Amino acid sequence: MGVDVAARVGAGRPPGHRRIARLSRGDRVAVALMVGIPFVVVGGLVWFPTIASILLSFTNWDGIGGVSSIHWIGTQNYRQIATIYPPFWPALEHNLYWLGALAVVGTPFGILLAYLIDKRIRGTRIYQSIFFLPVVLAPAIIGLIAELILSPTQGLINNLFEDPRGPGHITDWLGNPSLNLWAVLVFACWRHAGYIMILYLAGLKALDPSLREAAAIDGAGEWHAFRTVVFPAMRPINIVVAVVTVIESLRAFDIVYVINNGENGLELLSVLITDNIIGEASRIGYGSAIAVVLLVVSIVPITLFVWNTFGKKNEAAA
Amino acid sequence: MQEERPLFDPDALGSQTMTRRAALAAGVGGLTALGLGAARARGAVPTALVQQFAGTVTLGSNYSDPVPKKAVANMLAKFTKQSGTSVKVNTVDHNTFQEQINSYLQGRPDDVFTWFAGYRMQFFAQKGLAGEIDDVWQTLKPQFSTALQNASKGLDGHFYFVPIYNYPWAVFYRKSVFKQHGYKVPKTWDQFLALAKQMKSDGLIPIAFTDKDGWPAMGTFDQINMRTNGYDFHINLMHGKEGWDTPQVKQVFAHWRELLPYYSQAPLGLTWQEGALQLLNKQAGMFLLGSFVGQQFTKPADHADLDFFAFPEINPKYGQDAVEAPIDGFMMARKPKNRDGAVALLKFIGSPTAENTYLATDPNDVGTNKHASTAHYSVLQRKAAQYIAGAKQISQYMDRDTRPDFASTVMIPSLQKFLNDPTGVNGLVKSIQKQKKAIFGT
Repeated sequence: MGVDVAARVGAGRPPGHRRIARLSRGDRVAVALMVGIPFVVVGGLVWFPTIASILLSFTNWDGIGGVSSIHWIGTQNYRQIATIYPPFWPALEHNLYWLGALAVVGTPFGILLAYLIDKRIRGTRIYQSIFFLPVVLAPAIIGLIAELILSPTQGLINNLFEDPRGPGHITDWLGNPSLNLWAVLVFACWRHAGYIMILYLAGLKALDPSLREAAAIDGAGEWHAFRTVVFPAMRPINIVVAVVTVIESLRAFDIVYVINNGENGLELLSVLITDNIIGEASRIGYGSAIAVVLLVVSIVPITLFVWNTFGKKNEAAA
Repeated sequence: MQEERPLFDPDALGSQTMTRRAALAAGVGGLTALGLGAARARGAVPTALVQQFAGTVTLGSNYSDPVPKKAVANMLAKFTKQSGTSVKVNTVDHNTFQEQINSYLQGRPDDVFTWFAGYRMQFFAQKGLAGEIDDVWQTLKPQFSTALQNASKGLDGHFYFVPIYNYPWAVFYRKSVFKQHGYKVPKTWDQFLALAKQMKSDGLIPIAFTDKDGWPAMGTFDQINMRTNGYDFHINLMHGKEGWDTPQVKQVFAHWRELLPYYSQAPLGLTWQEGALQLLNKQAGMFLLGSFVGQQFTKPADHADLDFFAFPEINPKYGQDAVEAPIDGFMMARKPKNRDGAVALLKFIGSPTAENTYLATDPNDVGTNKHASTAHYSVLQRKAAQYIAGAKQISQYMDRDTRPDFASTVMIPSLQKFLNDPTGVNGLVKSIQKQKKAIFGT
């Protein structure tokens, strides 16, 4: 409404002022809002916390008291994290395992499911719903389900199957630190595969069917056609899938936190950040330093992604 | 004890008075909630009564489990009935409350909030996040033992805390199991190990042990340390004044290692509730835990069969002197909106009436007020009360006796590491010591 009035007022001005008149007060307010709101949102929710975390990572602030109680301690937090904080290296390692499991098992399995369902086999919708179900559930619920299935004395697996080492032995799926991560990753992949399946399925549906027909006429087998025709044609979706896989593995948190607060074999960087910052511990500086490490780790795939999408586009334009 | 009852016990009051008061309280409350209606109605209510019902105290509570939640509600109902001050309770999940305590206390905390005694309380008092309540204690002092008074003081010597109950950590067992196999309660470490060995050959899990949640293992460390090195060393260690890479601490782990063969299988995958089930189902012979283990013994017959003994003596110099008996209680915010109401509520919480009411609903704990009635105590409660009263020193629990950041980010993973790799103690204690230095700064 305001814009209409302003436009009319602008229209009545002498021609020499037309350029300014086009940006009437209403327009300027609209522009200011359109630039200002995203700026405030991005600045307040992305840049401010990021920069604050980086700054705080060089302090030993305990979160109590105002800015005056913050003391600079240089790189001490980073040195301590790398040298005397036992959960740090395992956590980093576990994040990489998580990425590996999703990339090698979860994502390919999701793609396979999407490809099979796209064939319109009987009961497609049912399969689709079944595989998509875990994506609808909150990750914390996946953690609870994992606990119910894996618990050593009450869990489904140990009650259904006899231990291979004979009676009297119990496999500790949740408490054995060299086993529990892999047990949990099965559930993480289960959820992830459904997610990827839906993404990929959407892409496959949009794919021009003549491509595949042409490949079939040329005598390409199923696998050959997928590898040389379908997969390259799906490039935009492939990039999204790759990014989603990396993001999922870096922000993994809920499942392990529900199972045992992310301790004893289930350490992840996200958990260490939470433990130090949110809990009663309140080592804000220390936790921020771990968060910065996670940020640096995340920047690698983000840079690759940005370079891949925008870099290639510029190339094509040139 | 006797003189309290006719005055405060609601059962002793005429039921008519009760109904009328309750109706008035409900009526006024309801109208206030309606807002506009309250102003009009106030004229109809006698001024004296309005005054009596004026004022609300807010209480932030972590008593989120059904039984304790009900116990608190019953206790507060009695306070409202007595004082006319209503209490608005904000119950938060037990663990969440603890995790958010920092931001909670720095934000807009309730007037009164639930917390724990020990360094965990003194830490927040020292940081200026809790209100000093010496005036509450003027009346409470004669009703509490010196040990409990000291446990309620901050490091500056002022009072910050009002205890409601405490509960002992001990070795729990089923009387019927001991009777069936002819076991005797062990007094010394050797007897304890011999009993465990016997139980194992009888096909029992000698000692239920569960540590998926990370904190239960702390209890075993505390017990062995206090029996091996004494209470003073233990508390100094908790306060960061002793080293972790010392022969004393290594000795603790060496003793602990002797117990490991007698533990439940897969302890790091089990919760304490699952351990309690092993004891309840007579699969396990013993379980070192707090008396809250009784919460899992829901059938009265099972609960009556539950008994405990003090952790056995290791070094005769320290005997079984120290008892681990964490105290739960209440504190006041640094700037309560209704200080008079908060003080009145805290005074009431310290009274025998409040404790009696609370314990009537949650009978796994023991009252802290000297005059609290023991008439309704179960046999187990009475024993627990005597056990705590007979202690020469009382510890709170590792996560209450030491800095919260040290307990959660260092000790939980370290003790789990020990349980996974019991032979790597030398490296482990060195790692703990380095982290302790980083956190305590000494």
